[in-house]
Amino acid sequence: MAYKYSIGHLTYTFNDLKTLLARATPFRSGDALAGVAATTYQEHVAAQIALADVHLDVFLREALVPYEQDEVTRLIIDSHDAAAFKPIGHFTVGQFRDWLLSDACDTAVLKSLANGITPEMAAAVSKLMRNQELIAAAKKCEVLTSFRNTIGLSGRLSTRLQPNHPTDDPAGISASIIDGILYGSGDAVIGINPAGDSPANTRRLLEMIDNFRRQFAIPTQSCVLCHVTTTLDLIEKHAPVDLTFQSIAGTQSANASFGISLSLLEEAYQATLSLNRGTIGNNVMYFETGQGSALSANAHYGIDQQTCETRAYAVARKFNPLLVNSVVGFIGPEYLYNGKQIIRAALEDHFCAKLLGLPMGMDVCYTNHAEADQDDMDTLITLLGVSGCTFIMGVPGADDVMLNYQSTSFHDALYLRRTLGLRPAPEFEAWLVQQGIMDRQGNQLPDAGTYTRLLGGIGQ
Amino acid sequence: MSGEEKNRHPYIVSDHTAALKQFTRARIALGRTGTSVPHKEALAFKLAHAAARDAVFSMLDVNALHDELKPAGLPVMHLKSKAADRDQYLQRPDLGREPDERSVALVKAYGCDSCDVCIILADGLSSEAVNRHAPALVRLLVNRLAQAGFTLGPLIIAEQARVAFADPVGQLLGAGLSLILIGERPGLSSPQSMGAYITYRPMRGLTDEGRNCVSNIHPAGLSIGQAAEKIAYLVRESLRRKVSGIALKDETGLLP
Repeated sequence: MAYKYSIGHLTYTFNDLKTLLARATPFRSGDALAGVAATTYQEHVAAQIALADVHLDVFLREALVPYEQDEVTRLIIDSHDAAAFKPIGHFTVGQFRDWLLSDACDTAVLKSLANGITPEMAAAVSKLMRNQELIAAAKKCEVLTSFRNTIGLSGRLSTRLQPNHPTDDPAGISASIIDGILYGSGDAVIGINPAGDSPANTRRLLEMIDNFRRQFAIPTQSCVLCHVTTTLDLIEKHAPVDLTFQSIAGTQSANASFGISLSLLEEAYQATLSLNRGTIGNNVMYFETGQGSALSANAHYGIDQQTCETRAYAVARKFNPLLVNSVVGFIGPEYLYNGKQIIRAALEDHFCAKLLGLPMGMDVCYTNHAEADQDDMDTLITLLGVSGCTFIMGVPGADDVMLNYQSTSFHDALYLRRTLGLRPAPEFEAWLVQQGIMDRQGNQLPDAGTYTRLLGGIGQ
Repeated sequence: MSGEEKNRHPYIVSDHTAALKQFTRARIALGRTGTSVPHKEALAFKLAHAAARDAVFSMLDVNALHDELKPAGLPVMHLKSKAADRDQYLQRPDLGREPDERSVALVKAYGCDSCDVCIILADGLSSEAVNRHAPALVRLLVNRLAQAGFTLGPLIIAEQARVAFADPVGQLLGAGLSLILIGERPGLSSPQSMGAYITYRPMRGLTDEGRNCVSNIHPAGLSIGQAAEKIAYLVRESLRRKVSGIALKDETGLLP
């Protein structure tokens, strides 16, 4: 079905729903690369005006990728909770936006709705929202998950300690872990991106973090971010797997380009659950996403990259993850050209994922071939901190020496916690105080004894 | 307290982890003033970012590469992608994956219709990485692969090229496997890092799950010797098992 809007004597026609969504999306380089972006400012706003009048139930009837062709579409349609949808079922996209921002819509209501909202509805409404509104609405969402600690409580900000090393050298990785722990980092997960994802190497790294964690009884979880098939193999061989990691995307063929399918993820989910290693909860999956991945795999079906991204959240939602984050600026300038586009995309991703009920964090990051710098990242973490973002990364000095990009530092997390009064996960916070690393106000304590103790532990 | 630390401002809190700096190039033990990074470390970061930005806009030294590849004893061809310049290259990855018309004609005129391995040196996002590290690695690999009995296509130098540039070019050469050495996204502490991608039966339209990658090839990361060993292993196994990508894992060093 075609959608139309006239400005004066000029009528803009959008041939189908995905074209309307694409033209209504704030400009980014990836949509231009895909040839789906609006070509004039007025066409963009005309699409937003036309989109505002589309009823939400249209998204249940008009699949962007045909149901028969795509298992992500089937997942979205088949798992839609009609009862949860009922209170918003009569809204248009524009009315849904106004309602989300109204005082009638609070944390409890949003929680009850999550399974009634499809990714495409979330994407559509986000396209009618300014940055400020994405922040305000995301702030109302609360998503709690747990494994060895509680992630996502209001007033808390967790961090993934990311101690990567270009050759996976155990001493080098340990050095970054100790530095990070002393800065209060690592309550979301201690997660290594391995330089080589051979099973032997992955296992060695997993055992290293696990020994360290057990020795100091740190209430957190570990992960080596390798392909899901490697993790499955290691689970079979009784390696200490806390969380199964996988990068996911929003279409079946994009997922195929990652070497995964829903059934493979289900197999990994069940295998990880069966290990029963969580002490206070059993959210065992960790997913990463990012706008542009479907286009990069030539598997986007003419859908704009932000809408594709939200469809990945349906995949994530199926497996009750402990953590999800978009690696927003990692993909490069052909998808998100500069700081402005990266900031906008991160706020969209955070809002849409939270609305759909996911524990969304953000890898606030950029590459050296993008038009962005630390000032843009400072702006973005501050906005995300205000939004109630679940976690950010902790990379020594914000410089990942293995993946060759800039993320956020241990200092950045302390800045956010202090300026916005945010605290780590409660179990982890108690551990930091008990170890003499931080006081109850979150101030870092210079304590040579703690350092010596930790160093002794990791040497073993 | 070291002499340098004595000279620091009294408000700066030093970290106890300074002794760990010997184990990693990661920016640990930066110290702090309040929650911020002290000015020396903050400026060192900015300088590194500037070097990385400059690496993105560096160029392949084609003449020097020709000279340094001579000892490998293989013909050398110089190709270009359809991306006209760096700005277009950064925003149009589709153009960087395709050889331009002149390049296609050159490869066709060369008249190689089958080889086991074709090796491509591409600028990617850091020409400097390829200028510095590729010739030595290529000479080592050519030696090893030839000794192992594999036939090699011409060596190809490719400008404004992406990883998938190896697909159409490998296909034109009838290669059983393509190996592309390419400048990686420059990092702050490694603006000259090179990656190697291995693809069995290269052809247009392949996606990343069909490739194996050996990354971080630079003096402070994976050395030329280590990289040659890993790559030679993957090439041998890929051709023996007729597969590449996630189905081909590096299983060296895995205990049963």
